[in-house]
Amino acid sequence: MSPLQLLLTLLMLTAGGYYLGRRQAFAVSSTNGGPKVLHSRPTYYGALAALWCAIPALIVFSFWMAFESSVITDMMIAGLPEDIRSLPQDRLNLIVNDIRNLVSGNIVGGEISPAIQAAAEHYQSLRVTSHAALTVLVVSIAIVAILWIRKLISPALRARNHVENVIKVLLIACSTLAIFTTIGIVLSVLYEAIRFFQVIPISEFLLGLDWSPQMAIRSDQVGSSGAFGAIPVFMGTMLISAIAMCVAVPIGLMSAIYLSEYANKKFRSIAKPLLEILAGIPTVVYGFFAALIVAPAIRNAGATVGLEVSSESALAAGLVMGIMIIPFVSSLSDDVINAVPQSLRDGAYGLGSTQSETITRVILPAALPGIVGGVLLAVSRAIGETMIVVMAAGLSANLTVNPLKTVTTVTVQIVTLLVGDQEFDSPKTLAAFALGLMLFVVTLILNVIALVVVRKYREQYE
Amino acid sequence: MNNMDASPTPESSRPGNRVRTMDIVNKGLAKRYQKERRFRRYGLAAIIMSLSFLSFLFISIIANGYTAFQQTAIELEIFLDPQEIDKENLATANYLGMVRTSLKKTFPDVKGRKDKRKLYGIVSTGASFLLQDFVARNRHEIGNTIKIWVPADDDVDMLMKGHISRDVPESERRMNDLQLSWVDHLIEQNRIKKEFNTTFFTAGDSREPELAGIWGAACGSFYTLLVTLLLSFPIGVAAAVYLEEFAPTNRWTDIIEVNINNLAAVPSIVFGLLGLAVFLNFFGLPRSAPLVGGLVLTLMTLPTIIIASRAALKSVPPSIREAALGVGASKTQMVTHHVLPLALPGMLTGTIIGMAQALGETAPLLMIGMVAFIVDIPGGFTDPSTVLPVQIFLWADSPERAFLERTSAAIMVLLAFLVTMNAVAVFLRKKFERRW
Repeated sequence: MSPLQLLLTLLMLTAGGYYLGRRQAFAVSSTNGGPKVLHSRPTYYGALAALWCAIPALIVFSFWMAFESSVITDMMIAGLPEDIRSLPQDRLNLIVNDIRNLVSGNIVGGEISPAIQAAAEHYQSLRVTSHAALTVLVVSIAIVAILWIRKLISPALRARNHVENVIKVLLIACSTLAIFTTIGIVLSVLYEAIRFFQVIPISEFLLGLDWSPQMAIRSDQVGSSGAFGAIPVFMGTMLISAIAMCVAVPIGLMSAIYLSEYANKKFRSIAKPLLEILAGIPTVVYGFFAALIVAPAIRNAGATVGLEVSSESALAAGLVMGIMIIPFVSSLSDDVINAVPQSLRDGAYGLGSTQSETITRVILPAALPGIVGGVLLAVSRAIGETMIVVMAAGLSANLTVNPLKTVTTVTVQIVTLLVGDQEFDSPKTLAAFALGLMLFVVTLILNVIALVVVRKYREQYE
Repeated sequence: MNNMDASPTPESSRPGNRVRTMDIVNKGLAKRYQKERRFRRYGLAAIIMSLSFLSFLFISIIANGYTAFQQTAIELEIFLDPQEIDKENLATANYLGMVRTSLKKTFPDVKGRKDKRKLYGIVSTGASFLLQDFVARNRHEIGNTIKIWVPADDDVDMLMKGHISRDVPESERRMNDLQLSWVDHLIEQNRIKKEFNTTFFTAGDSREPELAGIWGAACGSFYTLLVTLLLSFPIGVAAAVYLEEFAPTNRWTDIIEVNINNLAAVPSIVFGLLGLAVFLNFFGLPRSAPLVGGLVLTLMTLPTIIIASRAALKSVPPSIREAALGVGASKTQMVTHHVLPLALPGMLTGTIIGMAQALGETAPLLMIGMVAFIVDIPGGFTDPSTVLPVQIFLWADSPERAFLERTSAAIMVLLAFLVTMNAVAVFLRKKFERRW
């Protein structure tokens, strides 16, 4: 049975378990006075049977599926002829890949040797065996569980409490997923980054001024060493983020001020959702807009003034990224401006200040911590933004602050290093994880500072 | 500031000639009002600017893309030679040759290898497959001369839509004068027309713009989102219910909350790195599969759903909970029978917004290999596939002019989906919004 069919079978078994459990509850109570002698309502007995049928079987199923592929691959490799097994790791990986492609019916490059054909058949048969074994295991677990619960059911069984305990455990498990995700991110990124730093010293990565991660295939090629000094990449990221902030902060902040202090209700109810559309547009659309419409426009504008603008200028990417972040800044500032107590405004008006004086001298200073927090969140967003820069910014790592030149960013480098064919152990691939680690750490710090600042500020006026 | 407080001005210190504060205030008023108006105008300008960015974006995409919904087709007269086509085995016939013969017949005076190759190039390379399909469906036509509309090559398409200008000198044009004359000849004979581009909605990806479509990517998006929805909605709601209704206030709960808030702000590409390292390299799940894409997007949208669901739960008034507990419900019964049904519309709204986010997400999917060039329409959760935004990314990279309009058209389709999802969310919110 394929995994999907197995899941459907399990679903049906669970439904059957529910039905049987419920019927059993009626059956055991019918001899001595009907369902009211039961500790819980009959549906709880059914639910208990269903839960015990589904949960252990599902756990076994997911573990099996998670490890099936790697275990089968190992078994298949063990069955390969000696001369193939003794190949270096990367060649072996290629062959394994070929075999997998052969099994899934894809086109395989090169000749198919009989050994590989045999291995593919071996793989296929292992997979069939594994699926059959899994089916037997899961179905028998489910059935045994149902029968066992069915035997346990008696009027004294505290089914409701059992069910509620199980539900509570499930809820706790779901809520801890966030922690496991964070741990997963940290471990996976850190592990690969440490492997990278074993090859390239961390000081060279953080302080080097030259970034050209291309590793040559042959050792005698020119520039075979590859340079991993990340300063130009960081500078490029900062330059583009700075341009984005120059666009987003003034426009976003002024929009928020106008909407919350000046605009009448009708204008607000139209303009605010329209602004939020900007936030809902996928970043790939902004990337397309930046690369194919804004960048050529800036280039032409530069050419008419006599400036030489690169076709992948930092300005185009930064500008469009700024547009993307406007609604983010404006909705966060809107929240904090609205949180400033009315009494402060009334006090300022009472002293005779105009509305703009109230805003610039009373409301903004009072809301400043919150606005700073919002801007920090926006910066972290700009640093982590990927698609706009992948499509509109360049690949060459220039150390420059000229917005008309091409720069590259951390996210662009991660994407270019990891997309396409890759060997997993070369410093080139691992460098992407080191950059990812930097990205994660920096955005995490920015977020934590912003969250603390915003939270502190909120408490001040509550 | 200097207009507001009067005491330190030099006039007030002069004896006998005391200037009243009111006068100083009045003197500065005009300037202050002007400043006020200016400030107000800045605010309005900011809003107008962002809205004009928005409209500029939409207008440029629609202007670039609306032509992609039409495709130029050329009518060919083809003699289905019964000696050429084996009725038992249709696939063996030389359909390409038939298409070429028909073109040669239409333009008998084309000589020379180079010119002939150019002539064959004015219809799409997919024409022979179309012919084969036609023959398979209409076996009785074998032996007759049929008229069939086949898609034109993308250059001809661009010419008909006016994207290749006839005014530029021949050397800088993608089509030379001879090719133009053929197209003109076809126009005269009324054998070339623009029709609705069904291929765009029914085909998978292709290297040829006239044969490329978004259906494959749309299916990939569907499977990916299905996985995301099936996982993230129950898990998100469960986590929100635990944190809002059951969790004791202690350190552990605090850690979970801080974690969720942080995850909401982690760059999406980092989730891609996680997916690559954990799902692909550690668990060995297949590359480019909607299953893995769905898992990564689940982790990414979970914080959004949890935060929205908690807000929905918070808005249910405590009196409902107390009433339920008061008549003897257990805590779980109170949640499942009373609180959850009342909070469900809010949770659904949050989920739809999370799904819309996931639908537009590209970066993490690049990391797990969903950028491959995939022609086949995916049929399951483990088939290699791509998704709509990635398809847009891939097409945006293609040099052909015809892909530019297809990219814009694909963006329009994606935006249409997003607008629909958000409209449903707004509708749900409006319909079920309840003030207590």
